[in-house]
Amino acid sequence: MNAPLKSIDTSLNARAHRVAAVSSRHADQVDAEGRFPREAIEAMKAERLLAIQIPTAFGGEGASLSEIADVCSVLGQACASSAMIFAMHQIKVSSLVSHGADASWHQAFMRRIAAEQLLLASATTEAGIGGNLRNSICAIESDGETCRLEKDASVISYGKEADAILVTSRAHKDAAPSDQVMTVFLRNQYSLEQTHVWDTMGMRGTCSDGFLFKAEAPAVQILPHPFAEIAAQSMLATSHLLWSAVWYGIAVDAFARAQAFVRAAARKSPGAPPPGALHLAEVSNQLQMVRSNVVAGLNAYEDALVHTDRLSSMGFAVAMNNVKIASSEMILAIINRTLLICGILGYKNGTPYSLGRHLRDAHSAQLMISNDRILANTANMLLIHKQDTNLLG
Amino acid sequence: MNEKIRNSLAKLGGLSVSVENLADDADLYAAGLSSFASVQLMLSLEEAFDIEFPDSMLNRKSFASIAAIERTVALIVEDRKVA
Repeated sequence: MNAPLKSIDTSLNARAHRVAAVSSRHADQVDAEGRFPREAIEAMKAERLLAIQIPTAFGGEGASLSEIADVCSVLGQACASSAMIFAMHQIKVSSLVSHGADASWHQAFMRRIAAEQLLLASATTEAGIGGNLRNSICAIESDGETCRLEKDASVISYGKEADAILVTSRAHKDAAPSDQVMTVFLRNQYSLEQTHVWDTMGMRGTCSDGFLFKAEAPAVQILPHPFAEIAAQSMLATSHLLWSAVWYGIAVDAFARAQAFVRAAARKSPGAPPPGALHLAEVSNQLQMVRSNVVAGLNAYEDALVHTDRLSSMGFAVAMNNVKIASSEMILAIINRTLLICGILGYKNGTPYSLGRHLRDAHSAQLMISNDRILANTANMLLIHKQDTNLLG
Repeated sequence: MNEKIRNSLAKLGGLSVSVENLADDADLYAAGLSSFASVQLMLSLEEAFDIEFPDSMLNRKSFASIAAIERTVALIVEDRKVA
């Protein structure tokens, strides 16, 4: 008798776990060689994860940000670089979903992303702006039909591998630095001349090289809303939340390794409390705090989607900044402590308890949009904003 | 009120154009008002009109133009009279 075909679990979480199984096999090599995590991205495409955020009307699955964050955290446990690529791609998709859904070119583009599982990258950083993505030096030129842009982009993560890049610039040649637009350029519409090599401590597989970016495309590809709105209403929140979900994933895997270490020691000498067991309890506590922080942030975001005024309010911006600061700082404390638990076997590469990659990847968290810049931004808002301190919001 | 607002804007707005030539309904963000400068502007308006902006008004819309600021400030001043 034939066994019935085992049905495949098509839930987002199950698909994410199948991708994670692939990416974890290559994570150490991706890290060591600083190469693009090709296998993981192919697996994401095979599981059709790249378009989950796109509304069903445009061929996607209409996944919520919380569901996407869950995928990020699952992927983050296996390979932080590929998880971060997935997160950055979804942050770009969110700009299209929130600010391109009323434009026919961008609607059609969303359908293409869904059908062809296109990978989107971002060029918001520019040489000379001092890391403030709300300023541009370069300006887009448009005659109404065609637009042209040249940008000295000091970072375009996985720029060489992307199918399209969303690029910020001043809205026209006389525009103020903060008067920006964002434009979608397809791979066959731009050239990339590499100017910087991404040889870093961690997040090595994101291949965030620098490029001189030159492009020409139909002007309809400029998103029809100011970038200021896109940044405030979709990018700020989705970045802090999805990044935090990836970072939480890194911490979860470090915790899992430390727990495995403690359990192995406990089994070898029953009766004697294993060294490190108390540290593990402390890490469990910190991990729960990170999770609560991210989940509260996701809930605040889902609430703000319903009350759209809230999305561009200071209170919401302060809350999202705080999610980022807390999760980026706490994961370092967590991984440091798991290293104390695993000792030399955690310090060493190539053991089941190795934590070097986790620690190096996690160090990017405080730097990608520097926490100092975010704190300065919050400090400025607190000159005028009165923080909501109600326990239940 | 218009003049006081323009004074604050000229001092703290950091705009790329001269405030005198700015229409009441001109988009201040397009004129270069950054989020940092907008907070400094709000503080100076609080001082100038002896008001406090409630959190519900701390959004981009309330400060998008000189006319919008006038409406925002007028609303708060009105409320105070009623109270």
